[in-house]
Amino acid sequence: MTTRTARPGARDWMRRNLARSPADGVMTVVFGGLSLYVAFRLLRFVFATARWTIVKVNLKLLLVGRWPDRHLLRIAVALVVLAAWGGLIAGLVHARQVRAGTSAVARMSPRTRGSDLLRRFGLLVAAALLLLALTTTPGTWLTAAAVAAAGISGRVVGARLGAIKLPIALAMVRALVVAAMPVIVYLYLVDAVALAQWEGFLFNLFAAAAGIVLSFPLGVLLALGRRSRLLLLKTVSTVYIELVRGAPLYVLLLLANVSLEFFVPSTIAPSKPVRAIVTFTIFTAAYLAEIVRGGLQSVHHGQEEAAKALGLSPFKQTMLIVLPQALRNVIPAQIGQFISLFKDTTLAGLGLGILDLLNGAGAITAQPDFRGQGLIIETLVFIGFLFWVGSFTMSRESQRLERKLGVGVR
Amino acid sequence: MTSASSTSRPPVWRDVRVLSWAFQLVVFALIALVVMWLVSNYRTNAADIGIPTNFDFLDNPANFSIPGSDFNQSQPVRDAFVIGILNTMRVAALGIVLATVLGVLVGIGRLSRNWVVRRLATVYVEVVRNLPLLVILVFVFLGVVLQVLPRIENPWTPGDVTVFSNRGIGVPWFAGNTGTVLILLGLAAAAGWWGVARWRRSVADRTGHPAHAGTYGALMFTATVVVGWIVLGYEVSTPAVAGRQIVGGMRLQPSYFALLIALVVYTASHIAEIVRGSIQAVPIGQGEAASALALGASQRMWFVVLPQAMRIAIPPLGNQYLNLIKNSSLGAGFAYFELTQIAQITQANGSPAIPAFSLALGFYVVLSLVTSAVVNVANRHFELVVR
Repeated sequence: MTTRTARPGARDWMRRNLARSPADGVMTVVFGGLSLYVAFRLLRFVFATARWTIVKVNLKLLLVGRWPDRHLLRIAVALVVLAAWGGLIAGLVHARQVRAGTSAVARMSPRTRGSDLLRRFGLLVAAALLLLALTTTPGTWLTAAAVAAAGISGRVVGARLGAIKLPIALAMVRALVVAAMPVIVYLYLVDAVALAQWEGFLFNLFAAAAGIVLSFPLGVLLALGRRSRLLLLKTVSTVYIELVRGAPLYVLLLLANVSLEFFVPSTIAPSKPVRAIVTFTIFTAAYLAEIVRGGLQSVHHGQEEAAKALGLSPFKQTMLIVLPQALRNVIPAQIGQFISLFKDTTLAGLGLGILDLLNGAGAITAQPDFRGQGLIIETLVFIGFLFWVGSFTMSRESQRLERKLGVGVR
Repeated sequence: MTSASSTSRPPVWRDVRVLSWAFQLVVFALIALVVMWLVSNYRTNAADIGIPTNFDFLDNPANFSIPGSDFNQSQPVRDAFVIGILNTMRVAALGIVLATVLGVLVGIGRLSRNWVVRRLATVYVEVVRNLPLLVILVFVFLGVVLQVLPRIENPWTPGDVTVFSNRGIGVPWFAGNTGTVLILLGLAAAAGWWGVARWRRSVADRTGHPAHAGTYGALMFTATVVVGWIVLGYEVSTPAVAGRQIVGGMRLQPSYFALLIALVVYTASHIAEIVRGSIQAVPIGQGEAASALALGASQRMWFVVLPQAMRIAIPPLGNQYLNLIKNSSLGAGFAYFELTQIAQITQANGSPAIPAFSLALGFYVVLSLVTSAVVNVANRHFELVVR
């Protein structure tokens, strides 16, 4: 019985989706053949013909550059703390949503929740497992286990902590501690190895994070300036935004490489990562400003009027009423900007000669053991995969958030 | 109440107008101080090291040669910049056209009713969009272009008029220095196409006969080019391999192709998303009305839905074009002699860094402003007129 109903269904599906018309059928055959061929070549490459030794041998160089071995433990500690931090935030957000009754996760059955998590972070976990499979030391496995444990316990603690109703002063202390954790991690790492020596994927991740955090206040100020009724502020902000948006990031990086020292007193000699991060900040601020401006425009005029009617000062109207709503509305766009900065950090490798993840490809294929063997493809596939997993996961999360916030949906 | 507050001015320290100007002046003064501090640092440092801060270097001899061009080492830096600008525009113009074509096709493919096409388009977009452009560029340059092209010692010369080698690709081209004239001829031909198409459409409107605007336009275009060529009497030069170099014809660098392919592939993935969103934004009734008029699936897409979708897509498309132009600066990392590479190389040869790079930046900003002005005009032209 089931087979008899299933077969026409499958045939019907095939007729509608693969061969509506003869031309459609031809397209199916051509593109289907093409996809199968490409998939076959790709699978054969990844599992059979590719020589992954180059990646295996140089994994540390690609990930953290020439970070001293004796300080590798600090990276492990940093990862564990950051995992706990991420879990903590996820837990706090979850608790808040549960209180507000907007949590979709709380309504899920354990099974759907499991598949939901798998869909969201499965790729990330797969990439982590791949990295683990390529490593040879037990220390990395230990670290991975600790990271997973820290993330999960952070999530649990966060959910508990968020459920407790704290007096405002203590809640602010809580927020401050959470905000300070990445800074402490940074100080802990930079205490061992100066920022000038940060290389590999570590540089890409850190430069993107630092760039987005540092450009945020500047971007918000520029957006407020551009929307301001004050003519001078408006002109200055608009000129800044338009000039920076008209300039290619790569040229700005090249300029920073040869000339940043001209603009500061000659006693300061900025290191290459500093030059890169300064440029990223200047550049991203202009784009963030436009994003925040969109958010400001999306806040209904009545909000500001209501704030005015309550007798709030213009400063308080903006800081307490308009800006929070504006920023919340544009979180997905901000994540998008972060993704594009994350991808653009590779330009610093090329423009400033920092041994970042991508520049590492050139370095390791020039090693005596691997030179002239055409191993650039293997290396680039690996590097591309790391970047891809990162930005794909983030863009998925941002789409999810967009749906949740209901931006653009009335 | 209102009249009382408007007649009796509040004291100066509570007057909103005074306060706002005072606030602005303070902020402006702060900004001016920072800028002055930066400029004075620059002046002092430049004077200490003895680096000029003016643009006199433009008249110095360049001391480098540009592959694929007849640029002479003793020519001034100014000429090198002009060639760099032309090279930037060469890759950007072709890139914009190709990326639009590919992007529109993929965007339509993402909404195709054919499952295979839909999936393939989705995979393309999701893979390419989440990769750094530079990774794609390195891959295309080192992994595809340089691997596919044969070595210069053993070039592939189909029909003996084209040369493919890893030192470059040569195609037949007009002999002599023809750049400006050819651009003018092309513009004239395009204008001819536009005029004839317009005339055909007005005839069609009057008489009801089919317009065939495209056919007539293409004929006019070809006729203009052929007549122009005969009148101007240019000879064609074919490329040939001499030693380890290609001589004659138009020589295109492998890096040009790598940059072009990478820019097209990357930008098309973004354009596809814009096109998809725009098609979805066209009211469903439009497609249904087209079906009710018995238009086929492709007619419905090309004549009814897509034209309306493209109207919505113009502003974000313009942004992508700007990105493509700016991203073409990555050619500098791969020895493609576009504007950024020229600025970089002349700086390495002793030209002052800040003036040289400011010149490049200034050009990019101008190009961006011009492009966005064109996009704005196009947008206003195609915008739906509502009430």
